[in-house]
Amino acid sequence: MATSQWWSSESFWRKTAIWVTGGSMVILILLTMDTLPKISAGSQRVPAYSAINHRIEYKFDEARHVQVPVIGQEEPLFGTKLSEAEAEALVSHGKMTVQAKNCMNCHTLLGNGAYYAPDLTKAWLDQYWGSSDIRENQMVEFIKDPSNKLHNSLNRRMPNLGVTDEEARAVVAFLKWMSAIDTNGFPYNFKSIQQEN
Amino acid sequence: MASTMGRLDSANLNGGQKLAVKYFMVAAVLFGAQILFGLISGLQYLKPELFYGVLDFSVNRMVHINALVVWLLYGFLGSVYWMLEEESQHEVVGLKLGNLIFWVLTSAVTVVVLVYLLVQVGPGNETSLWLIHEGREYIEAPRWADIGIVVSVLVFFYNVAATFSKGRYTGIAGVLVLDLLALFGLYLAGMFYTPNISMDQYWWWWVIHLWVEATWEVMVACIMAYGLMKVLGVRRKIVETWLYIEVALMFGSGILGLGHHYFWIGTPEYWFTIGGLFSALEPVPLVAMVVHAVFDAGARHAKNSNHPTMAWLIAHAFGNFFGAGVWGFMHTLPQINLYTHGTQWSASHGHLAFFGAYATIIIAFFYLAAQRWRGGVWMSGELPGNGWKWKWALALLNVGMIGMTVALLISGYEQSQIERAIEGSSWIGYFAAQAHPWFVQGMWWREAFGVVFTLGFALLVWDLLTIGKGEKRAMQEVKSEE
Repeated sequence: MATSQWWSSESFWRKTAIWVTGGSMVILILLTMDTLPKISAGSQRVPAYSAINHRIEYKFDEARHVQVPVIGQEEPLFGTKLSEAEAEALVSHGKMTVQAKNCMNCHTLLGNGAYYAPDLTKAWLDQYWGSSDIRENQMVEFIKDPSNKLHNSLNRRMPNLGVTDEEARAVVAFLKWMSAIDTNGFPYNFKSIQQEN
Repeated sequence: MASTMGRLDSANLNGGQKLAVKYFMVAAVLFGAQILFGLISGLQYLKPELFYGVLDFSVNRMVHINALVVWLLYGFLGSVYWMLEEESQHEVVGLKLGNLIFWVLTSAVTVVVLVYLLVQVGPGNETSLWLIHEGREYIEAPRWADIGIVVSVLVFFYNVAATFSKGRYTGIAGVLVLDLLALFGLYLAGMFYTPNISMDQYWWWWVIHLWVEATWEVMVACIMAYGLMKVLGVRRKIVETWLYIEVALMFGSGILGLGHHYFWIGTPEYWFTIGGLFSALEPVPLVAMVVHAVFDAGARHAKNSNHPTMAWLIAHAFGNFFGAGVWGFMHTLPQINLYTHGTQWSASHGHLAFFGAYATIIIAFFYLAAQRWRGGVWMSGELPGNGWKWKWALALLNVGMIGMTVALLISGYEQSQIERAIEGSSWIGYFAAQAHPWFVQGMWWREAFGVVFTLGFALLVWDLLTIGKGEKRAMQEVKSEE
């Protein structure tokens, strides 16, 4: 048996394994170094938290051929314009609440999570809320106690998770901010709520 | 040793193996818990009022997937402790510490699960994340438990690395030690809080993907290498050369394959190309493993010392290829993933992949343990009742899993068509798809096959507790070519 062929030798494959693994890791780290600034809050793809002071739209981009979020005219959440630090604190409280209430084990966020309830990536822009002028308060009331609100024909309902008024407002801020992240057109072909004056 | 033949006797086990069977027993219990909570959450799709407000879907689903992660980790720890002394030809150096950590870890897991079930959710602050759960899929474990896990893994790492260093440092040992180091290091990437969800998910995938699609795959390749030597008597030089090929192919495709999770979370568009290309290569090592396992078995006319273990090793090779490879490849390209991301496609893939790649090989080791624990009894052909229990358990578990996978896939197809392509991904679209008869049928079939799977599990446990009982024949010798 010609076991002396280089391609069947143990040491060749051991070296290959080490080089391939090391090389892949180096490339991943380099790509990570490039990506991190591009997904930091305040970058072009992931907006500053103060984006919640503005209208968020989801418009078709002719060049990229997908819908992209557009940060539009000033339209402060709950009618109060926040500084960058205040906005970050509010969004952070919302994100913390989303984690503490285990939202991700029914919903998806940016498409990741569980599939028992709808995706929250563009929840802020969903037509479910009726019209844009009552949306904020509708969302707050829904999150505080969804158990007796209109859901769907399936009788599948969100439970009351004991969310306080303050937490619910923070969650809405987080959802509004998340809807402004450029997700390369996900969710595709989304039908946004009307936001005309 | 003849007096203990056919009886469970810890004198039949070496030190590492005594610890291994403890891990295996907890793993089996958690496997049962995973199935139970899977059945409940599956049923909630069909009967949403079931346990509403008491044991909501989110809680059941969290227990379902966490029991999965933990029982597989227990299975890996057990499998490594199982082989450690034979492979290194040295006693486990820190066995007492290993035992202590087993009890600490198991107590911690118990507390975590009880808190999941009884407390469920807390207020939106840091304390909830430290004490209840972190609300991040798969790595929900609260921060205090994270620290416990890190300590436990460090002790485990020390035991493995030090034992190999003092004894025989084989090729398997070399891969295993480096893999454990990576596995441990990656877990740290999931232990921080940020309000920025894009950043959150970027690092979250480092843990989830680089565990499941890289370091865990290499871990089971090591376990497979030992298993083939043990059960078939394959020559060490062959399995270790294969192991290096597997490592090169798995890390070569899997590390940058991470990019297929970076299509839609805010990350730049270049990840389309990188993620698409490398994740499309991820099935290659899985094909190689099928060739390796089937060739080795065929070359020895399937003559082996443990038929159930051999059958589950083959189930692993094919399950890994179909579940992780084919089912993953089906929706890994961004052009398809845009419509399937976040639908039951992922659930379909997840079920077959975790079962095919990981559950199977741990079950294979359960049988190795049962054989040795009863004194190295005969487990080849002509078992009492023609070995109907292990054969039926194998069949029911695999048929149940394939049935669930296909049912979920059909629901997933329907979702990507109706919710995504036609209705435009709105909430109305989501519920239109959820209410569609094709979706609902898929959910019923999933539940039905879940029951088949459960029957298989019950039979598996019964078989593991009874196989080899009263057996007087010693195990079939396989000619070791080492």
